[in-house]
Amino acid sequence: MPLKAVILIGGPQKGTRFRPLSFEVPKPLFPVAGVPMVQHHIEACAKVPGMKEILLMGFYQPNEALSRFLVSAQQEFKVPIRYLQEYAALGTGGGIYHFRDQILSGGAEAFFVLNADVCSEFPLQEMLEFRQQHGDMHSFVILGTTANRTQALNYGCIVANAGTQEVQHYVEKPSTFVSEIINCGIYLFTPAIFQHIGEVFQRNQQELALCPYLGEESSNGWQRAEVIRLEQDVFTALAGSGKLYVYKTDGFWSQIKSAGSAIYASRLYLNQYSKSHPERLAQNKPGGPVIRGNVYIHPTASIDSTAVLGPNVSIGEGVTVGAGVRVRESIVLHGASLHDHTCVLNTIVGWDSTIGRWARVEGTPSDPNPNDPYAKIDSETLFRDGRLTPSITILGCSVTIPAEVVILNSIVLPHKELSRSYKNQIIL
Amino acid sequence: VVLAVSYMSDALEAAMREQEQRLGIRISMSHEKEPLGTAGPLALARDLLAEDGEPFFVLNSDVICEFPFAALARFHRQHGGEGSLVVTRVEEPAKYGVVVCEADTGRICRFVEKPRVFVSNKINAGLYIFSPGILQRIQLRPTSIEKEIFPAMAQDGQLYAMELQGFWMDIGQPKDFLTGMCMYLQALRAQHPEKLHSGPGVVGNVLVDPSAKIGANCVIGPNVTIGAGVVVEDGVRIKRCTVLEGARIRSHSWLESCIVGWSCSVGQWVRMENVTVLGEDVIVNDELYLNGANVLPHKSIAESVPEPRIIM
Repeated sequence: MPLKAVILIGGPQKGTRFRPLSFEVPKPLFPVAGVPMVQHHIEACAKVPGMKEILLMGFYQPNEALSRFLVSAQQEFKVPIRYLQEYAALGTGGGIYHFRDQILSGGAEAFFVLNADVCSEFPLQEMLEFRQQHGDMHSFVILGTTANRTQALNYGCIVANAGTQEVQHYVEKPSTFVSEIINCGIYLFTPAIFQHIGEVFQRNQQELALCPYLGEESSNGWQRAEVIRLEQDVFTALAGSGKLYVYKTDGFWSQIKSAGSAIYASRLYLNQYSKSHPERLAQNKPGGPVIRGNVYIHPTASIDSTAVLGPNVSIGEGVTVGAGVRVRESIVLHGASLHDHTCVLNTIVGWDSTIGRWARVEGTPSDPNPNDPYAKIDSETLFRDGRLTPSITILGCSVTIPAEVVILNSIVLPHKELSRSYKNQIIL
Repeated sequence: VVLAVSYMSDALEAAMREQEQRLGIRISMSHEKEPLGTAGPLALARDLLAEDGEPFFVLNSDVICEFPFAALARFHRQHGGEGSLVVTRVEEPAKYGVVVCEADTGRICRFVEKPRVFVSNKINAGLYIFSPGILQRIQLRPTSIEKEIFPAMAQDGQLYAMELQGFWMDIGQPKDFLTGMCMYLQALRAQHPEKLHSGPGVVGNVLVDPSAKIGANCVIGPNVTIGAGVVVEDGVRIKRCTVLEGARIRSHSWLESCIVGWSCSVGQWVRMENVTVLGEDVIVNDELYLNGANVLPHKSIAESVPEPRIIM
């Protein structure tokens, strides 16, 4: 069966919680567990038999990083990959509606839609089989997972028939409890979806025609009729119509909204590598650094044999790690240099940054409660009660940290050269 | 030498026996069962002090300076008064007992303990010499020498002040202890530089017990004292610290302005700063950050202390 996949990658106005890291590289290309965020999606899609084409969709201007990535991904995964640029931010439904002809070209009978900013096991084959089992080949499938009662309110909530898994009710980010089953942002559609999106589009147009004054809000908050949100506009309407189903998974899943969640997602993917890509996990070798747990080290990185790395560490291209360095729960981006005896914990070290001798760079993890199997990572606010919430420390690109200082729970913007210790601050 | 103590312990007695042997002097303990203040203990030790009718020195033990005993004795005999005390100039006199005296004779006119307005910048350095007659002024009850005895003596014109040369520090608080340590090391550099440690990775004034071991690629100093049997592993950076006997600092750690107590174990990649004080036998786990932590003895620290506090 010919299939396609659409990966929604957003644009510069989206993903602002990922700053300052998103200043250098579009968020979907940010490395998670050693490879660009969206490569995990592409790899999963390319594995599904019948996958004809993968379309990245977003409203980034064409840029070198994206183009280079597309070329190398095509070569590696041997499947055509293209970038379709939306002329404006059209919402999770508007983009695929706009490009529906491209998606359906070549006779695709079904297609996946995946949000780029999620980390998942991508049970795509299972979603196809589930749809086959449940009979209706024209139905749509949402991938769902279980959250705890409090956190579920932050996601799209799905109420489903216990036997058939048909979605009876859908509400996006409710203020009161509706269901613990949440929307993972990964869908399986047939061409029929465009009919439903088209209906929303027409409704929008009619509404806008009724509000001729600029600045008067329409129901989707935008001035354009083409802005369509799959979740609020389409799923809510389809719930209870017999056309929408949920496939529940217990596999790992997380949103990647902030830098802290990138470290958490890295941990999940690095964990998966023991089965999917054991060659990507560093091993303890005589003469090599001490490796604890899951660690990814780019082949061009240079690590002193007295360094101790891990668990959950990714070391990028050309990174140098000096003698007696300790790195734990961190991502070190390419070109960075960690001098002797430094200690880097719960931190993202930006491209080409330098950390001086004996410096301590430390953040506070925002991991979900390990005692709750359904807990999800909090997308916490930057400030609480007027104070900066302790979070992952982020060093932007080309930051210089002098020797012997401590940088704790801070965000350092690109190209800063620090001269002293900082705690709980955003350094501009 | 008479030690006026309110808490007697076997360890103290044993240590004093050792000192008696080493120095060839007599050390007596005067043990007050109830607190007698700063003057009362002199009354308690009356017999020992008035034994030979000669003047006797009195020192506060939490003071560090270049003790000018000979000069003080000379000064005292010259003026013939009942008591002499050593004074020093400080920047913040309100924390101490302040002395106003005649410039030429040194006779003290006024003695004000912890004044609330500025009186003078010369303070009582906690080092005295008295003639035995003073003992008639002191009764065997809790008495403050600064508040009760000295003002009376000053009024009677019997108290004189000698200005201290060189450094002085009240080392009762950990922060001041470290400052006093730096001053002491600086004086040592001037007078006995051969006693200080030197070598690769040693910066400034550093005192290291011969039985201590320091690993490779360390940078120690300035202003560090390292006690007997201490082990400092590879790649450690220590600045402005006192490390007491038997402690171990594990590799790649970074310490500044700390006091590490006897037999402590500080883990790998630990950062300690801002007058962190570890009592005896404290264990600090690997990779922690201690900022101004005051840790009571025999504790194990398993979590960072990012802001100053006491760990009981």
